[in-house]
Amino acid sequence: MPVIDKVIFEELKQMSGADFINELIDAFLEDAPHMIQTMQTAAETGDVETFRRNAHSLKSNAYTFGATELGGLARELEAMGRENNLAIGDRLEVLREAFGTVAQELRELRI
Amino acid sequence: MRSRLEPGRLLVVDDNKVNRILLARGLEGQGHRVETAENGKQALEKLRKDTFDLVLLDIEMPEMNGYQVLETCLRDSELRDIPIIMTSSLDEIESVVKCVELGAEDYLNKPINPILLRARVNASLEKKRLRDEQRKLFRTFATKEVADELLKTGFSLGGKYVHASVMFTDIRSFTTISEKQDPATTIELLNNYFALMIEAVVGNSGTVNQFEGDGLMSIFGAPAQDDDHREHAVRAALEMIELLKGFNIDQAARQKVQIGIGIGIASGNVIAGFTGTQHRATYTCVGDTVNIAARIQDHTRAVDRPILIDQYTREGLPEDIHVESLGPVLFKGKQQLIHTFAVNPA
Repeated sequence: MPVIDKVIFEELKQMSGADFINELIDAFLEDAPHMIQTMQTAAETGDVETFRRNAHSLKSNAYTFGATELGGLARELEAMGRENNLAIGDRLEVLREAFGTVAQELRELRI
Repeated sequence: MRSRLEPGRLLVVDDNKVNRILLARGLEGQGHRVETAENGKQALEKLRKDTFDLVLLDIEMPEMNGYQVLETCLRDSELRDIPIIMTSSLDEIESVVKCVELGAEDYLNKPINPILLRARVNASLEKKRLRDEQRKLFRTFATKEVADELLKTGFSLGGKYVHASVMFTDIRSFTTISEKQDPATTIELLNNYFALMIEAVVGNSGTVNQFEGDGLMSIFGAPAQDDDHREHAVRAALEMIELLKGFNIDQAARQKVQIGIGIGIASGNVIAGFTGTQHRATYTCVGDTVNIAARIQDHTRAVDRPILIDQYTREGLPEDIHVESLGPVLFKGKQQLIHTFAVNPA
């Protein structure tokens, strides 16, 4: 089942110009794993501010590409960070998995 | 005298690479020159080194956040006049309201909608251009001391007769709408709406010169002379209706209220000149034509037509614009009958 909302993705392509969609996808595919890794480290060291900020960035990017489910997961983690709650259980694993699916689909959407 | 929708030199500030690329490419695609900064500190360095017309500023950034950059700019007399549009996600609406209260020009929600991006960036650039023009005008007629005093106390200058078209645009039953939703939603609605209406006016050689609640007054044919001011005014009105259609589709998709508008246009001699203060509208006009335009706008409601014009405006239109005579109307407080015409949107 596709995880990228094609209406949003087409809008994004229209806005960036088709020529630049690859540049955008590459930036996301490169940055997102760093964000997730930074969240992992921040969760381990109890750095809520770094945790929250990276969740925020990931959320923002996921929604930009129309990856609604991934965006929702990141949004939940951002909210937990804002409430100083780092009892995230296996949520980062779920997030990582969701990103993997999104990344796969985005690679196929490259022109 | 003035060129329309000139490209601007823009600074995009965002710590997030995807957002930075997206905004920069999107704005470059619209003809602007764009520089980017990755954080608040870098943004301030660039702002102090170069001249920019507009800044798009992310709120959430490490080290120095958007809120702090905004405060620094507003305190700095060199940077104070650069308009700043805050960019943020919907979750941050409280911070956004704080920024607008503090003095940000406008804000845009992320993910950015390309139509709103264009409309609001152009509206901000146009407003800045008007302010710059006003300042330039002062420098030409007064010493700095006098200009400063006038800027503080308000001013009025050299009214003269010009031939122009005056347009009033109002949202219908806006009060009922605004009572149903919270203030932030209403402000968001008004900002989006005004940005689109300004685009229609400016794109057709007009000047927006007054905001009154949800109403908008525009002039065509002044300050710069325009022989086709009647046609341009009506084309702007038609474009407003067209843009509003898209706006309403967008509103419906987000389960938000939709709005209807009424537009009244009258043409003829008006007395035009500069009035106002530094922070309020600049160029305005008074006279019978203005009153008639306002009355005609009121009348759109009674006859349930979006665009009404007077006879002299009608006489200045090319054949491809379809009008329908509604006959003469006697307006309150007016001695003579005014022949009104409805313009039919495509």
